[in-house]
Amino acid sequence: MADLDTFRAETAKWLDQNAPQSIRGIPATELDGNWGGKKAKYANPDLKTWLDVCAAKGFTAPTWPLEYGGGGLSKAEEKVLHQEMGKLRLPPPLVGFGLTMIGPTLLRFGTEDQKKEHLTKITRGEIRWCQGYSEPGSGSDLASLQTRAVRDGDDFVISGQKVWTSYADQADWIFALVRTDPKAKKQEGITFILIDMDQPGVAVKPILLISGKSPFCETYFDEVRVPVKNVISEINAGWTVAKALLGHERSMIAGTFGGASAPKRKKSRFVELAERYVGFDAEGRIDDAVLRDDVARSEMDTRAFGLTVQRSTDAAKAGHQPGPESSMFKVYATETNMRRHEVMVRMMGAQATGWEGAGFDEEETELTKAWLRTRGNSIEGGTSEIQLNIIAKRVLGLPD
Amino acid sequence: MALVLTEDQELIAKTARDFVDEESPVSRMRALRDSRDETGFSRPLWKQMAELGWLGIPFPEAVGGAGMGHADLALVLEALGRNLAPEPILSNVLMGGQALLLAGSEGQQEEWLVPLVNGDKLVSLAYAERASRYAPNKIEAKADKSGDGWTLSGEKVHVLDGHVADVFVVSALTPGGVSLFLVPADASGLSRERLVRMDSRGAANLTLDGVAVPADAMLGEEGQGAAVVEQVIDRATVGLCAEMLGGMTRAFELTLDYLKEREQFGVKIGSFQGLQHRAAELFMEIELARSAVMAASRAIDDDDPDLARLVSLTKARCSDAYVLAGNEGVQMFGGVGMTDEYDIGLYLKRARAAELTFGDSGWHRDRWARLSGY
Repeated sequence: MADLDTFRAETAKWLDQNAPQSIRGIPATELDGNWGGKKAKYANPDLKTWLDVCAAKGFTAPTWPLEYGGGGLSKAEEKVLHQEMGKLRLPPPLVGFGLTMIGPTLLRFGTEDQKKEHLTKITRGEIRWCQGYSEPGSGSDLASLQTRAVRDGDDFVISGQKVWTSYADQADWIFALVRTDPKAKKQEGITFILIDMDQPGVAVKPILLISGKSPFCETYFDEVRVPVKNVISEINAGWTVAKALLGHERSMIAGTFGGASAPKRKKSRFVELAERYVGFDAEGRIDDAVLRDDVARSEMDTRAFGLTVQRSTDAAKAGHQPGPESSMFKVYATETNMRRHEVMVRMMGAQATGWEGAGFDEEETELTKAWLRTRGNSIEGGTSEIQLNIIAKRVLGLPD
Repeated sequence: MALVLTEDQELIAKTARDFVDEESPVSRMRALRDSRDETGFSRPLWKQMAELGWLGIPFPEAVGGAGMGHADLALVLEALGRNLAPEPILSNVLMGGQALLLAGSEGQQEEWLVPLVNGDKLVSLAYAERASRYAPNKIEAKADKSGDGWTLSGEKVHVLDGHVADVFVVSALTPGGVSLFLVPADASGLSRERLVRMDSRGAANLTLDGVAVPADAMLGEEGQGAAVVEQVIDRATVGLCAEMLGGMTRAFELTLDYLKEREQFGVKIGSFQGLQHRAAELFMEIELARSAVMAASRAIDDDDPDLARLVSLTKARCSDAYVLAGNEGVQMFGGVGMTDEYDIGLYLKRARAAELTFGDSGWHRDRWARLSGY
């Protein structure tokens, strides 16, 4: 404990000396922080400075080994670091799929050469990554994917189309699943491979969503040459790698939507909306009994979910294996988030009908668009129905 | 407190589970029901539970208790709830006993709480009336000053295990507000009528027709009873929820076993996705209920200022989840689920009765909203 106290004191001092004043107090979530990469643009150059000083110190990936640009910290030290950053209200120096998805995958499955080549570039925010899994014909049935990789000497030649590649238009590299053995059983002919997107034959087209935003793209490969040394794990063993990585993705999604780490507001968003749009009766109660019940239900769902995440975390800390409850995190977190947005939109009333322009302020149109965006929560990263299938079969042991 | 069982708690849970499986299969509760047993539970088994120390779990050593917590007691209640055991722990340890613990004088505790913990005396809390619905202090029973003592008049309903109680803690209006009184079951002017409930849990309605009690029958301060009743009901609600958690878990196990064994159209019915998804949804509700029970029982032990909201969260979730487990269980068993022969129907009845005790989910969502300031 004495060591942790020393670490805390040193870290607090270092942060205060190195964090630029202009970035203190900027809230940043997993989805709107500094993603880095060659195409990054910085409205505030101090965000780049913050990234660089943290990268040099190993604080962009605190628990990764020192030799790959990490901080070599323990989990306990990482927690202290986050607490101290929280005190100064500092945004994370870097976010993105490099840190949360491909990095952990490389640490587990990568060769020494692969780790050396890619991990440091991730921790420095030099390369931004995206994920190439889904295809137009392969959504929930991911293993049916058709993007072909044909061996030609030391290269694979890759052709096909990926869809729902998040932020592919801003990424530098893509980690993708490709079919290397069309004759094998569908899960057994798949390879996990890393592709540099800055080369002929790669094309990216953003997809316009019902929310008016384009966080996803279609990504096309037309005879793109990729060295065989970019394969992670073995050729035709990609499904195992992908499943491990999907675990990261689902826990990340669950964490984003109100897990134990959900940000605390002074006043609940619901009460703010009630004040502005619904009003209160003489007893100080939301002046619509049905909405009031919906708000309470939604708050209770969120609290019960937070307690369940806590139960899982506390069990892990006590040295237990993950319990069956962890299988429900993705589906419950997303469904709860969706219901929460439904309630908020109904609280806004007719003001929730706005898209842009006069008559609606930005908070209103943003909430409407946020609600529209949530409709994808139960589809991306494994649909709710797929999650229920997994619970039914793997947890409850129901027959095929 | 962390939401994980300590090694000691793992042991309590296992001991309770083994004891209940051995001594209290569901068939025992069935036999008591079918024979219209007057007590409705087993007095020898009650004495055994006292000897195991269960009745003293949440009480200090000074009154013969174990000085343990509600998180520990919840494990015992969960085990009892699994097999629908009818012994009156909820009514005695968590209602009558908690009222004595929170408001009783040393003399009152010596007279009633010590023998309760020993398994020799039974103490029920009589607070609810016809007009109360779920508001614990919305009452009309009165206590008038007469000489040095008080005279009580009114009616009390759904007094849990009131049919066998040796003494009642009765709430009544006095000039200062709600006050509590210890009224022996054989007091002149007190009559009780046993209720036969669908879930076979024991209960009685009381009539107090000018029941005279001495001044020292008052439990706690005059006019200060409402806060005590509220605190007691919060604790009892968490205990009931622990019991409900055991019941819903067992009902779900029975249902899953049936889904894996029953065949129609040449396949196990558990292979149908229409049933698989409903089972998975129910699984999630039960997991959430478990987290809530763990958090609320620890919140009592920690004196958590947010206890009341956690209690409402827990009762709302357990009510909905247990009723869902009962309804879905009967549906998935199909025709045989409607027969008295199968146990699943017993869980359905217990689920509904428990839902309608201490407030259903809608009532508790409203309470949560009120406590949250909207």
